[in-house]
Amino acid sequence: MSKMTNTKPDSEKMSASEVYGKTLSELGEKHPEIVGLSADLAGSTKIGLFGSQFPDRFFNAGIAEQNMFGMAAGLASAGLVPFVSTFAVFASMRALEQLHSDICYPNLNVKIIATHAGLSFGQAGSTHHCTEDLAIMRSLANLAVMAPADGIETAHAVRAAYERKGPVYIRINRGFDHTVYDRPDYGFEFGKAQMMRDGSDLSIICCGSTVWRAVEAAKMLEESDGLKIRVLNMHTIKPIDKEAIKKAVKETGRIITAEDHNIFGGLGSAVAEVAAETGRPFAFKRLGVPDTYSIIGKHEDLMAHYGYDENGIMAAAKEMMGRKPYTY
Amino acid sequence: MPLTTEERLRLEEKAHELRCLSVDTVAWAGSGHIGGAMSAMDILTILYHKYMKIDPKTPDLPDRDRFVLSKGHVGVGYAPLLAELGYFDKELLKKYNHTGSPLGMHLDSLKVPGVEASTGSLGHGLAIGLGMALGARLKKEAWKTFVLLGDGECNEGEVWESAMAASHFKAVNLVTIVDRNMCMIDGPTEEVMGLEPFADKWKAFGFDVLEVNGHDFKELAFALDKALAAKDKPVAIIANTIKGCGIDFIAGDYKWHYGSFDEETKARAKASLVRYKEARLVAVGLASGVAAGPLPAQGKEPAQ
Ligand SMILES: Cc1ncc(C[n+]2csc(CCOP(=O)(O)OP(=O)(O)O)c2C)c(N)n1
Repeated sequence: MSKMTNTKPDSEKMSASEVYGKTLSELGEKHPEIVGLSADLAGSTKIGLFGSQFPDRFFNAGIAEQNMFGMAAGLASAGLVPFVSTFAVFASMRALEQLHSDICYPNLNVKIIATHAGLSFGQAGSTHHCTEDLAIMRSLANLAVMAPADGIETAHAVRAAYERKGPVYIRINRGFDHTVYDRPDYGFEFGKAQMMRDGSDLSIICCGSTVWRAVEAAKMLEESDGLKIRVLNMHTIKPIDKEAIKKAVKETGRIITAEDHNIFGGLGSAVAEVAAETGRPFAFKRLGVPDTYSIIGKHEDLMAHYGYDENGIMAAAKEMMGRKPYTY
Repeated sequence: MPLTTEERLRLEEKAHELRCLSVDTVAWAGSGHIGGAMSAMDILTILYHKYMKIDPKTPDLPDRDRFVLSKGHVGVGYAPLLAELGYFDKELLKKYNHTGSPLGMHLDSLKVPGVEASTGSLGHGLAIGLGMALGARLKKEAWKTFVLLGDGECNEGEVWESAMAASHFKAVNLVTIVDRNMCMIDGPTEEVMGLEPFADKWKAFGFDVLEVNGHDFKELAFALDKALAAKDKPVAIIANTIKGCGIDFIAGDYKWHYGSFDEETKARAKASLVRYKEARLVAVGLASGVAAGPLPAQGKEPAQ
């Protein structure tokens, strides 16, 4: 696979999916009940690392995602802990009803690690872009939803998924992410937003690929305009950290969300639901894919095109700071 | 009608030219699904250059024949064919995969003239093709629908749901072709998810099955003629092919499902394609001389 030409490629490091494969293999050594499934994407999603270490506990279902999700349901009901991996577009849409009825409804212990999420498979076009999964997955009761920011956080998310009983969906990207965390002991906690920077002027709430970009935007705005911006990495989209959102509304009064997803139904919507329930006035803007099917191209170009890269986030923050304060 | 010698020569020449253009396209795109593009190229060539009624200047001609590339990942093989026919400017191939380009890994029917369906998610194409065929029948139109499937793709349940429906609705104006290159991404088809007895499966679903060498135009023409004359049962053509056909260092290697060429490997690939073309002309009796080596892809004799 060709590497993404990010502004700062970090190709010596492992991609998020490689970290996933390695973490799952480590978990597999300790927990014999973990099994793996893929649908002819063992190599691409890196669950194949687990598969080659534990061939007896790995099933390649062939190019048959619906069958794979059904098999995972059966394996979970037999007491095993299936980790299922395919591209996000197939995990969230091709096998959706199997996920809904066979896994989430009976609250089975299946972990879905979906790669190539958002626009990270940008050159593959609309049949492979996946800017709907957070909206879809958020609406499935019993299912936890996560979008880690980089490889280190992916390892935390995968372990947290194992620890949690019940179904979990994790979306990660194709290729290499910018490194957000340089060490693992930064205090990751499932369901708790990670404060990347504190500030009182405005909050940027982000997840996955937008975390690095929001942090960059906040740094640049501090340098250029002296703005104090709070950046919250909402790696767990569901259950969402309501307290962190409410505090952001109360303490900063201005909220921008940024996600590699349609602006409908994903992180922005989840934040808006909680924020609106505070009953307080606040300025609000969602950044993401503006309810359209994306053009073809490189991931970072597409994020820039739709205005949720560091420059887009900066522009939105400046625009919001220039608005008149809200009057009741 | 069997192909004339001139037609065979013309198709051999065209397929070679397109295989080379496909290698260039992979280089322009940065990477691409070269293995499955090479296995499908002879099938694509004979459909578009011999059988299909089309007008590249009027891509939406109402009574055109329809083609659905169900194994949609081989855009780097399909786009050169469409460009070369004149559906769009060949120069666009140089922008393949570039940001904002209409050409991405999987060809998009909303962006690329001549493409009937935005495929790429495997398993969808036969159902769409069946709908088109039923549409033609309802409208009393004579045009035909051709669908090209990957063999790995035939793991998908939807393929078999469509197969069941195609024979149930007696869609004899639908021609189903499977590119049986024996490979998928994670390995050989029979190791990842066994398909055999593959022909028997299609037969059990109500198809007449023709197994041919997918790199032999005579055999492909024989099968397509039969399929187009189908009366009671739809026909499935299992075209035995070689993934990466014609490029010696990738042929038959499932790991070359997707890859990239640098200048050096691109030159090696092209040199190999020239040798392959020459050997093939000798092997099929269109040129004299000694074939450069045994040709891969010996399909079974067409059933009479
Ligand atoms: C529904 C779906 N699942 C998975 C993929 C990823 N994928 C792309 S190509 C491919 C293998 C296809 O194998 P085959 O159909 O045999 O094609 P060929 O060997 O002719 O290239 C897979 C699994 C996909 N495109 N669609």
